[in-house]
Amino acid sequence: MIAGISIYEIFTLTSILFFIGIYGFTTRKNLISILISLELILNASAINFVVINKYLYPDVLQGVFFSIFIIAVAAAETALAVAIIINLYRQISSVEVKDTEIMKY
Amino acid sequence: MEKIIFYILALIMIVFAFASVSSRKMLRSVIYLLFVLIGIAGIYFLIDYNFLAAIQLTVYAGGIIVLIIFSVLLVHHIEMELEMAKLFKKLLTGLVCLIGLGVFLATIYSTNFIVVENFKTTTVDEIGMGLLNYEAGGFILPFEVISILLLAAMIGAIIIGKGDKLTKNDDTL
Repeated sequence: MIAGISIYEIFTLTSILFFIGIYGFTTRKNLISILISLELILNASAINFVVINKYLYPDVLQGVFFSIFIIAVAAAETALAVAIIINLYRQISSVEVKDTEIMKY
Repeated sequence: MEKIIFYILALIMIVFAFASVSSRKMLRSVIYLLFVLIGIAGIYFLIDYNFLAAIQLTVYAGGIIVLIIFSVLLVHHIEMELEMAKLFKKLLTGLVCLIGLGVFLATIYSTNFIVVENFKTTTVDEIGMGLLNYEAGGFILPFEVISILLLAAMIGAIIIGKGDKLTKNDDTL
Protein backbone atom coordinates (compact mmCIF):
# COMPACT_ATOMS: atom_id res chain seq x y z
CA MET A 1 0.00 0.00 0.00
CA ILE A 2 1.04 3.61 -0.49
CA ALA A 3 2.39 5.22 2.68
CA GLY A 4 0.20 8.09 3.81
CA ILE A 5 -2.55 7.55 1.22
CA SER A 6 -5.84 6.11 2.43
CA ILE A 7 -8.09 3.89 0.33
CA TYR A 8 -10.66 6.70 0.12
CA GLU A 9 -8.35 8.98 -1.86
CA ILE A 10 -7.62 6.29 -4.45
CA PHE A 11 -11.34 5.51 -4.78
CA THR A 12 -12.00 9.22 -5.33
CA LEU A 13 -9.42 9.27 -8.13
CA THR A 14 -10.85 6.19 -9.84
CA SER A 15 -14.44 7.46 -9.54
CA ILE A 16 -13.44 10.75 -11.20
CA LEU A 17 -11.69 8.85 -14.02
CA PHE A 18 -14.73 6.59 -14.47
CA PHE A 19 -17.14 9.50 -14.79
CA ILE A 20 -14.84 11.39 -17.16
CA GLY A 21 -14.97 8.23 -19.29
CA ILE A 22 -18.79 8.17 -19.15
CA TYR A 23 -18.91 11.88 -20.05
CA GLY A 24 -16.76 11.26 -23.11
CA PHE A 25 -18.77 8.17 -24.03
CA THR A 26 -22.02 10.14 -24.20
CA THR A 27 -20.82 13.46 -25.69
CA ARG A 28 -18.45 12.22 -28.41
CA LYS A 29 -19.83 11.55 -31.89
CA ASN A 30 -16.97 9.59 -33.35
CA LEU A 31 -16.44 5.83 -33.08
CA ILE A 32 -12.72 6.12 -32.25
CA SER A 33 -13.36 8.71 -29.52
CA ILE A 34 -15.95 6.38 -28.01
CA LEU A 35 -13.30 3.62 -28.00
CA ILE A 36 -10.91 5.96 -26.14
CA SER A 37 -13.55 6.74 -23.48
CA LEU A 38 -14.18 3.02 -23.09
CA GLU A 39 -10.49 2.48 -22.31
CA LEU A 40 -10.73 5.10 -19.55
CA ILE A 41 -13.73 3.32 -17.97
CA LEU A 42 -12.04 -0.12 -18.13
CA ASN A 43 -8.82 1.21 -16.62
CA ALA A 44 -10.58 2.91 -13.73
CA SER A 45 -12.27 -0.38 -12.79
CA ALA A 46 -9.00 -2.31 -13.14
CA ILE A 47 -7.31 0.04 -10.63
CA ASN A 48 -10.19 -0.54 -8.23
CA PHE A 49 -9.70 -4.33 -8.34
CA VAL A 50 -5.99 -3.98 -7.60
CA VAL A 51 -6.41 -1.41 -4.83
CA ILE A 52 -9.12 -3.39 -3.01
CA ASN A 53 -6.89 -6.46 -3.20
CA LYS A 54 -3.87 -4.60 -1.81
CA TYR A 55 -5.59 -2.66 0.96
CA LEU A 56 -8.25 -5.07 2.24
CA TYR A 57 -7.06 -8.60 1.37
CA PRO A 58 -3.25 -8.54 1.04
CA ASP A 59 -2.88 -12.32 1.51
CA VAL A 60 -4.61 -13.32 -1.73
CA LEU A 61 -4.01 -12.28 -5.35
CA GLN A 62 -7.51 -12.47 -6.84
CA GLY A 63 -7.69 -8.77 -7.72
CA VAL A 64 -4.44 -8.96 -9.68
CA PHE A 65 -5.75 -11.91 -11.73
CA PHE A 66 -8.97 -10.06 -12.46
CA SER A 67 -7.09 -7.00 -13.67
CA ILE A 68 -4.91 -9.18 -15.89
CA PHE A 69 -8.10 -10.64 -17.39
CA ILE A 70 -9.58 -7.14 -17.81
CA ILE A 71 -6.45 -6.04 -19.69
CA ALA A 72 -6.60 -9.14 -21.94
CA VAL A 73 -10.31 -8.64 -22.72
CA ALA A 74 -9.71 -4.92 -23.40
CA ALA A 75 -6.92 -5.76 -25.84
CA ALA A 76 -9.13 -8.25 -27.70
CA GLU A 77 -12.02 -5.78 -27.75
CA THR A 78 -9.85 -2.96 -29.12
CA ALA A 79 -8.45 -5.14 -31.89
CA LEU A 80 -11.96 -6.19 -32.98
CA ALA A 81 -13.33 -2.64 -32.73
CA VAL A 82 -10.50 -1.23 -34.85
CA ALA A 83 -11.12 -3.94 -37.47
CA ILE A 84 -14.84 -3.08 -37.55
CA ILE A 85 -14.15 0.69 -37.77
CA ILE A 86 -11.71 0.30 -40.67
CA ASN A 87 -14.09 -2.00 -42.53
CA LEU A 88 -16.94 0.47 -41.96
CA TYR A 89 -14.79 3.34 -43.24
CA ARG A 90 -14.08 1.38 -46.39
CA GLN A 91 -17.80 1.03 -47.09
CA ILE A 92 -19.32 4.37 -46.04
CA SER A 93 -16.18 6.61 -45.90
CA SER A 94 -17.02 7.90 -42.42
CA VAL A 95 -16.63 6.95 -38.78
CA GLU A 96 -19.26 9.28 -37.36
CA VAL A 97 -21.99 7.63 -35.32
CA LYS A 98 -24.78 9.36 -37.24
CA ASP A 99 -23.63 7.88 -40.55
CA THR A 100 -23.49 4.38 -39.17
CA GLU A 101 -26.93 3.19 -40.16
CA ILE A 102 -26.18 -0.21 -41.58
CA MET A 103 -23.50 -2.49 -40.26
CA LYS A 104 -24.77 -5.51 -42.16
CA TYR A 105 -24.11 -5.54 -45.87
CA MET B 1 7.48 11.37 -0.57
CA GLU B 2 5.09 8.72 -1.92
CA LYS B 3 2.22 10.96 -0.97
CA ILE B 4 3.52 13.80 -3.15
CA ILE B 5 4.13 11.41 -6.07
CA PHE B 6 0.58 10.07 -5.76
CA TYR B 7 -0.95 13.55 -5.80
CA ILE B 8 1.13 14.58 -8.82
CA LEU B 9 0.12 11.41 -10.67
CA ALA B 10 -3.55 11.92 -9.75
CA LEU B 11 -3.47 15.51 -11.00
CA ILE B 12 -1.79 14.51 -14.27
CA MET B 13 -4.28 11.68 -14.82
CA ILE B 14 -7.39 13.76 -14.19
CA VAL B 15 -6.21 16.73 -16.30
CA PHE B 16 -5.17 14.54 -19.23
CA ALA B 17 -8.28 12.36 -19.01
CA PHE B 18 -10.42 15.46 -19.30
CA ALA B 19 -8.26 16.80 -22.13
CA SER B 20 -8.61 13.44 -23.86
CA VAL B 21 -12.42 13.50 -23.90
CA SER B 22 -12.70 17.19 -24.79
CA SER B 23 -9.93 17.73 -27.36
CA ARG B 24 -11.16 18.41 -30.88
CA LYS B 25 -8.13 16.92 -32.57
CA MET B 26 -8.24 13.14 -32.84
CA LEU B 27 -4.54 12.36 -32.64
CA ARG B 28 -4.00 14.66 -29.63
CA SER B 29 -6.81 12.96 -27.81
CA VAL B 30 -5.07 9.59 -28.30
CA ILE B 31 -1.76 10.98 -27.00
CA TYR B 32 -3.51 12.40 -23.91
CA LEU B 33 -4.95 8.92 -23.30
CA LEU B 34 -1.38 7.58 -23.44
CA PHE B 35 -0.41 9.91 -20.56
CA VAL B 36 -3.37 8.69 -18.49
CA LEU B 37 -2.38 5.06 -19.07
CA ILE B 38 1.23 5.76 -18.06
CA GLY B 39 -0.08 7.44 -14.89
CA ILE B 40 -2.08 4.30 -14.11
CA ALA B 41 1.10 2.24 -14.53
CA GLY B 42 2.72 4.62 -12.04
CA ILE B 43 -0.05 3.87 -9.52
CA TYR B 44 0.59 0.13 -9.98
CA PHE B 45 4.30 0.75 -9.31
CA LEU B 46 3.43 2.73 -6.17
CA ILE B 47 1.37 -0.10 -4.68
CA ASP B 48 4.14 -2.63 -5.44
CA TYR B 49 2.55 -4.63 -8.23
CA ASN B 50 5.50 -4.39 -10.59
CA PHE B 51 4.36 -7.16 -12.94
CA LEU B 52 0.98 -5.50 -13.46
CA ALA B 53 2.67 -2.15 -14.14
CA ALA B 54 4.89 -3.81 -16.75
CA ILE B 55 1.82 -5.40 -18.39
CA GLN B 56 0.05 -2.04 -18.36
CA LEU B 57 3.00 -0.34 -20.06
CA THR B 58 3.53 -3.02 -22.71
CA VAL B 59 -0.06 -3.95 -23.57
CA TYR B 60 -1.72 -0.55 -23.23
CA ALA B 61 0.99 2.01 -23.94
CA GLY B 62 2.77 -0.22 -26.43
CA GLY B 63 -0.06 -2.13 -28.05
CA ILE B 64 -3.47 -0.55 -27.80
CA ILE B 65 -2.31 3.07 -28.26
CA VAL B 66 -0.35 2.13 -31.38
CA LEU B 67 -3.40 0.27 -32.73
CA ILE B 68 -5.66 3.28 -32.13
CA ILE B 69 -3.12 5.67 -33.69
CA PHE B 70 -2.99 3.43 -36.78
CA SER B 71 -6.76 3.45 -37.09
CA VAL B 72 -6.85 7.26 -36.66
CA LEU B 73 -4.26 7.69 -39.41
CA LEU B 74 -6.13 5.29 -41.69
CA VAL B 75 -9.54 6.97 -41.39
CA HIS B 76 -8.75 10.70 -40.81
CA HIS B 77 -6.97 13.67 -42.24
CA ILE B 78 -4.61 14.93 -39.56
CA GLU B 79 -5.96 18.50 -39.48
CA MET B 80 -9.61 17.50 -39.43
CA GLU B 81 -11.49 18.82 -36.40
CA LEU B 82 -14.11 16.72 -34.72
CA GLU B 83 -17.75 17.53 -34.56
CA MET B 84 -18.76 18.22 -30.96
CA ALA B 85 -22.08 17.85 -29.17
CA LYS B 86 -24.18 20.94 -28.52
CA LEU B 87 -23.37 23.04 -25.45
CA PHE B 88 -26.69 22.28 -23.76
CA LYS B 89 -26.18 18.56 -24.25
CA LYS B 90 -22.65 18.81 -22.86
CA LEU B 91 -23.82 20.70 -19.78
CA LEU B 92 -26.63 18.20 -19.19
CA THR B 93 -24.26 15.23 -19.48
CA GLY B 94 -21.75 16.94 -17.21
CA LEU B 95 -24.46 17.55 -14.62
CA VAL B 96 -25.62 13.91 -14.74
CA CYS B 97 -22.01 12.74 -14.40
CA LEU B 98 -21.46 15.05 -11.41
CA ILE B 99 -24.60 13.68 -9.72
CA GLY B 100 -23.37 10.14 -10.35
CA LEU B 101 -19.95 11.05 -8.95
CA GLY B 102 -21.62 12.52 -5.88
CA VAL B 103 -23.57 9.32 -5.28
CA PHE B 104 -20.39 7.24 -5.69
CA LEU B 105 -18.37 9.42 -3.30
CA ALA B 106 -21.16 9.53 -0.71
CA THR B 107 -21.33 5.73 -0.74
CA ILE B 108 -17.55 5.35 -0.57
CA TYR B 109 -17.05 7.83 2.27
CA SER B 110 -19.90 6.37 4.33
CA THR B 111 -18.47 2.84 4.13
CA ASN B 112 -15.99 1.77 6.78
CA PHE B 113 -13.24 -0.26 5.10
CA ILE B 114 -11.18 -2.58 7.29
CA VAL B 115 -7.72 -1.80 5.96
CA VAL B 116 -4.92 -4.27 6.71
CA GLU B 117 -1.57 -2.50 7.11
CA ASN B 118 1.02 -4.25 4.97
CA PHE B 119 3.99 -3.54 2.73
CA LYS B 120 4.29 -6.84 0.90
CA THR B 121 5.86 -7.15 -2.53
CA THR B 122 4.31 -9.65 -4.94
CA THR B 123 6.74 -11.58 -7.08
CA VAL B 124 6.05 -12.79 -10.59
CA ASP B 125 6.24 -16.48 -9.65
CA GLU B 126 3.45 -16.06 -7.08
CA ILE B 127 1.21 -14.68 -9.85
CA GLY B 128 2.27 -17.48 -12.19
CA MET B 129 1.61 -20.18 -9.58
CA GLY B 130 -1.83 -18.70 -8.89
CA LEU B 131 -2.74 -18.55 -12.56
CA LEU B 132 -1.70 -22.14 -13.26
CA ASN B 133 -3.10 -23.62 -10.06
CA TYR B 134 -5.90 -26.14 -10.66
CA GLU B 135 -6.86 -26.67 -7.03
CA ALA B 136 -9.50 -24.67 -5.14
CA GLY B 137 -8.97 -20.93 -5.71
CA GLY B 138 -6.80 -21.52 -8.77
CA PHE B 139 -7.29 -19.68 -12.04
CA ILE B 140 -6.38 -22.28 -14.65
CA LEU B 141 -9.85 -22.35 -16.29
CA PRO B 142 -10.21 -18.56 -16.86
CA PHE B 143 -6.60 -18.54 -18.06
CA GLU B 144 -7.41 -21.12 -20.76
CA VAL B 145 -10.68 -19.39 -21.64
CA ILE B 146 -8.82 -16.08 -22.11
CA SER B 147 -6.34 -17.77 -24.44
CA ILE B 148 -9.22 -19.11 -26.57
CA LEU B 149 -10.83 -15.64 -26.49
CA LEU B 150 -7.63 -13.99 -27.74
CA LEU B 151 -7.35 -16.54 -30.56
CA ALA B 152 -11.00 -15.99 -31.53
CA ALA B 153 -10.54 -12.19 -31.45
CA MET B 154 -7.46 -12.49 -33.65
CA ILE B 155 -9.24 -14.62 -36.27
CA GLY B 156 -12.32 -12.39 -36.10
CA ALA B 157 -10.26 -9.23 -36.57
CA ILE B 158 -8.53 -10.72 -39.62
CA ILE B 159 -11.83 -11.82 -41.20
CA ILE B 160 -13.63 -8.52 -40.51
CA GLY B 161 -10.62 -6.45 -41.57
CA LYS B 162 -10.33 -8.35 -44.85
CA GLY B 163 -14.04 -7.81 -45.46
CA ASP B 164 -15.04 -7.91 -49.11
CA LYS B 165 -12.03 -9.66 -50.54
CA LEU B 166 -12.53 -13.01 -48.80
CA THR B 167 -16.09 -13.47 -50.05
CA LYS B 168 -15.22 -12.29 -53.58
CA ASN B 169 -12.43 -14.85 -53.84
CA ASP B 170 -14.90 -17.54 -52.82
CA ASP B 171 -17.22 -16.58 -55.65
CA THR B 172 -14.56 -16.80 -58.33
CA LEU B 173 -13.40 -20.22 -57.24
